[in-house]
Amino acid sequence: MTEAYFEILRAGTNSSIQDQGRKNLYHIGITISGAMDQKIFKISNALVDNNLNEGVIEFAYQGPLLKLKNGSVNFAITGNIDFNIIRKNSIIEKGKCFQNYFLNKDEELDLIYTKNSVFGYLAVEGGFKIEKVWNSYSTNTKAKIGPNNGEKFSIGEKIYLKKPEVKNFEKKNIEYNNSVATTIRIIKGTNFDYFSNEAKNNFFNKEYQVTNLSDRMGMRLEGPKLENIVNTNIKSEGLVKGVVQVPADGNPIIMFSDHGSIGGYPKIAVIITADHDKAAQLIPGSKIKFKEVNLDEAESLFKTYSKETKSYLEKIK
Amino acid sequence: MIKNISNLGDAALYCDFGKEVNEKINSYVISYFNHLKKLAEDKSIQGITNLSPSYNKLIVSFDLSITNFQEIKNKIETIKILNNKKKKSKKIEVPVCCEEKYALDLLILSKKLKTSSEEILSLFFAKEYFCYMTGFIAGMPFLGDIDENIRVDRLKTPRVKVPKGSVGLTEQFCNIYTFESPGGWNIVGNTPKKIFNKVDLNNPALIKPGDKVSFYKITKEEYLNWND
Repeated sequence: MTEAYFEILRAGTNSSIQDQGRKNLYHIGITISGAMDQKIFKISNALVDNNLNEGVIEFAYQGPLLKLKNGSVNFAITGNIDFNIIRKNSIIEKGKCFQNYFLNKDEELDLIYTKNSVFGYLAVEGGFKIEKVWNSYSTNTKAKIGPNNGEKFSIGEKIYLKKPEVKNFEKKNIEYNNSVATTIRIIKGTNFDYFSNEAKNNFFNKEYQVTNLSDRMGMRLEGPKLENIVNTNIKSEGLVKGVVQVPADGNPIIMFSDHGSIGGYPKIAVIITADHDKAAQLIPGSKIKFKEVNLDEAESLFKTYSKETKSYLEKIK
Repeated sequence: MIKNISNLGDAALYCDFGKEVNEKINSYVISYFNHLKKLAEDKSIQGITNLSPSYNKLIVSFDLSITNFQEIKNKIETIKILNNKKKKSKKIEVPVCCEEKYALDLLILSKKLKTSSEEILSLFFAKEYFCYMTGFIAGMPFLGDIDENIRVDRLKTPRVKVPKGSVGLTEQFCNIYTFESPGGWNIVGNTPKKIFNKVDLNNPALIKPGDKVSFYKITKEEYLNWND
């Protein structure tokens, strides 16, 4: 049997393979990468009966247009995505997220755009035929690390499937609530006291707007300038996902999955783990407020987040 | 020794070893890093997902679905690093070509420091350096301390692209750009030696925290014919 693969007819804005991310490599300068929205990444795999950490295609804003060559595939799309399935004889079927579909040879999948959100996921049953790099399928296009030589996908490329044919197709779907965040919860950062009282007040009480200088590395925000009264640089030290750094210009930057492993700007805050996914989905122009929680509250909010994810996953089974 | 442990968000510990940057404090950071790495690998501590040693801090990231801040903090507080005599550090020699084509900032540096290029380079090549940390980009070593007479600030406007292999100076430190990357250090030469090998999955970084590094000058011809 000939190998089944998707041919990329349009690559989309930023389409790459991602999984849960890499571990234990910060100390040599390799960051975590991985899906920006971990919850719906896992759900996409569950909808096609995969191991939850199987590599999927993550896309942002405009997704790819893919044509299946040979075989058949069971796939699912998660996110808030406008997409079409182009069946034989150019019949267009409007797609719905959070359910799986059967795609035949020569049919196409057109991931048109992400509605009021940034990232979406395409999982296929069995996964894509790619090599793990440092024990992960994640692609870091800035550092050129990961499958596909660390590059995002481009037009004309082929993405091979591990499973060339679907044996038993079973329809699955769940109701998913796509909500958009207006409040992001944080814990005070290690340099919170570098900032003036006015800056601290503004940080919690004024709105900050997401700018279009945002990607998998970081999200730049704009709002009342955060005045630093101690030092606008610190001795370089480690970073983690969710850290809010403030460089000398006074505008906060949120660190995301492809952030540099170390940095030298003061850390005013860190976004709690339970809010990483919804922060990552904020589109440029979104206005948010930061709300402080303490460590106990953050840990209990994470439990709620995990329960919610688990309950979605269980509904699929 | 660790002066204070606090939380960095809800899924990381921030171990503070003090404000100063020197070899002694950094050696403690590296000792803790090595010790914790071993405990994480043999599963004596569960849930650690990353360790980031830097000049005088160690950040321990963990998986909140497995453990939490208090649990990891309790474990770290019981660790006693009594003897800080670390294992013999590796010595690495790095060839550098300082021809005009590679030493992008040497002339400006010479003006800034009011010192001849020859003098700057001879002071730079005379010392053996200590690797405080690696990171920012994969495998980039942060080395120090350079001679007090050749210390300068970062470039006012950082370069969008610093060529791979560039050797740069800033403040008390020098570094090597393992990939082409944006950067603001003052470039005095370029090495043909492979400092980071992403194909070698077990041991990709040639220089590790705690190692000693010295540089030696090579000609353009040696540079072009270099074969690792």
